[in-house]
Amino acid sequence: MLEIKNLHARIGDKEILKGVNLTVPDGEIHAIMGPNGAGKSTLSYVLSGRDGYEVTQGEVFYNSQDVLALAPEDRAAAGIFLAFQYPVELPGVGNANFLRTAVNAVRRKRGEAEMDAVAFLKVARAAIKNLSMKEDFLKRNVNVGFSGGEKKRNEMLQMALLQPGLAILDETDSGLDIDALKIVADGVNALRSARFAALVITHYQRLLDYIVPDVVHVLVGGRIIRSGSAALALELEAHGYTGLEAA
Amino acid sequence: MAIPGWKRHDMTALPLKKLEAWRYTDLTPLAEINFSEAGLGVAPAALPDLGLPRAVFINGRYSHASTLPMPEFSPVHETGDLPLAQINAESAQAGLTIDVPDGVDAGAILLVSHASGEAPFAVHLRHRIHLGRGASLTIIDIAKGDGLYWHNPVMDIRLEAGAKLAHYRLQDESRAAFGLATIRAHIEAGAAYEHFSAIIGARLSRTEIHATLMGEEAAAHLNAVQLLNREQHGDFTTVVAHRAPCCASRQTVKSVLSGLARGVFQGRIEVDRIAQKTDGYQMSQALLLSEHAEMDIKPELKIYADDVKCSHGATIGALDEDQVFYLRSRGIPEAQARALLIRAFLDDALSAVRHVQARALFEAAIDTWWVSQ
Repeated sequence: MLEIKNLHARIGDKEILKGVNLTVPDGEIHAIMGPNGAGKSTLSYVLSGRDGYEVTQGEVFYNSQDVLALAPEDRAAAGIFLAFQYPVELPGVGNANFLRTAVNAVRRKRGEAEMDAVAFLKVARAAIKNLSMKEDFLKRNVNVGFSGGEKKRNEMLQMALLQPGLAILDETDSGLDIDALKIVADGVNALRSARFAALVITHYQRLLDYIVPDVVHVLVGGRIIRSGSAALALELEAHGYTGLEAA
Repeated sequence: MAIPGWKRHDMTALPLKKLEAWRYTDLTPLAEINFSEAGLGVAPAALPDLGLPRAVFINGRYSHASTLPMPEFSPVHETGDLPLAQINAESAQAGLTIDVPDGVDAGAILLVSHASGEAPFAVHLRHRIHLGRGASLTIIDIAKGDGLYWHNPVMDIRLEAGAKLAHYRLQDESRAAFGLATIRAHIEAGAAYEHFSAIIGARLSRTEIHATLMGEEAAAHLNAVQLLNREQHGDFTTVVAHRAPCCASRQTVKSVLSGLARGVFQGRIEVDRIAQKTDGYQMSQALLLSEHAEMDIKPELKIYADDVKCSHGATIGALDEDQVFYLRSRGIPEAQARALLIRAFLDDALSAVRHVQARALFEAAIDTWWVSQ
């Protein structure tokens, strides 16, 4: 279970998050929607531990662990996975090597045995097949020369291999690419279980046609101003955020 | 035991910074040291082996640890105008001499130069490599040592038509030492000199290569990685002379600098008037891991022919923190993430090393360097 309590964060002197409260129980998928500049991406980066964001107040717990005290790699080991909106390219780093290094780093921290190259390839090939990816994915450099859709698939492949308990999907403004949305949705839906939760961050309602959330939260001006069922997303799509901001 | 013919170095013969070729590398610290003759030295317990025939020089003398027969050494007649080669010529008493007959593939050999001793001393080896027409050879060349010394080897290479020499050099000199290596390659038609240097050791080093492409379709590949930390100074200087048409030269130089380290790359490509259809490429990239590290890059193209393809590029930057964060967000610890990205940065240069044992040697040296950070 993820619990965010009165979270305040800023970049430099600019306060972006102004008291976010949010609880995502295991087994549920929550969506965060909001207008540009509401703090959606900031929230995802603060949760995953990126440098440059200063938390000035509040707490975040995941399965009773103090998330904000953990280094990014330890958050990953604790089961938190951030799917990047724009994954970086890593020239010179082979995808297979990268994936195995990541999986083994996480396994080591979780007290599990590391996988040798043969065992890993078996697991990776099975995951690749599930995601309808080509096998040469493993031989290419991480994200180098990948199309937008391929990059998303690679994110979902990493997610499948790292088996997180909580996925944070930053899809802030990728609402226009239907294929990419479907890839992300398939990746999340494949992991749905009583022990998996997801926080889907998006600007457009369209993604939520493919990942049906249990709860929708509306983030405006650094605060969650409304929460509701999936129907709330449709209402936002029809009427926009303007009415809510005034409220 | 005195070395016959040994004499005190004339330090005034050292090149000074006012020479354009020595603008970025100051030999004053070297000139201030009073070098004596080398003692006998001891072979280290674990000499590099690799299971190859090897020639081992300990403190400038041919060692019993060698498996190759002791080469005959004939006096040096230095005709070039390089100051360090002239100093070497005055003192050199030994070196590897290899002559591969026409058409023979001589496989791979290991050349080890090791130096160790108490008082500062100098070692001047003179290696001569000759490959007959169509002959081929791979040399894995390792320079190591302990303590304060000056290693000033010169390697003269002559490749007859169609010969192929792969020369892989690991400069892992003592961190207190001066390592100044001069390599001159004369490359006839259709012959190829492939050089890769991993420059990791020495307090101050310079690897200076002069490759002269004398016949049509000759090729020179001069690649290097420099990994320097603390107050190390490393200089990789190349002069590629295209003296015939249709020759190719390739250079990829990658430098990783931390602490107060300073790296230098000077790359000159000369294209004579007759050297039409020259294909020259040069790329130098540096990764600065600290605010105080410094890289000086000087590409120099002198082109007198009109139908040539010559390109050069240079970049200097830091590790991309977005890439570091991406790896960490996948559970990879920060130090490992940085090591992975540095190794990736070096990949373009390293991937040119196709020889399996040489490649493994360099990979291990890079890993060791990173762990020592």
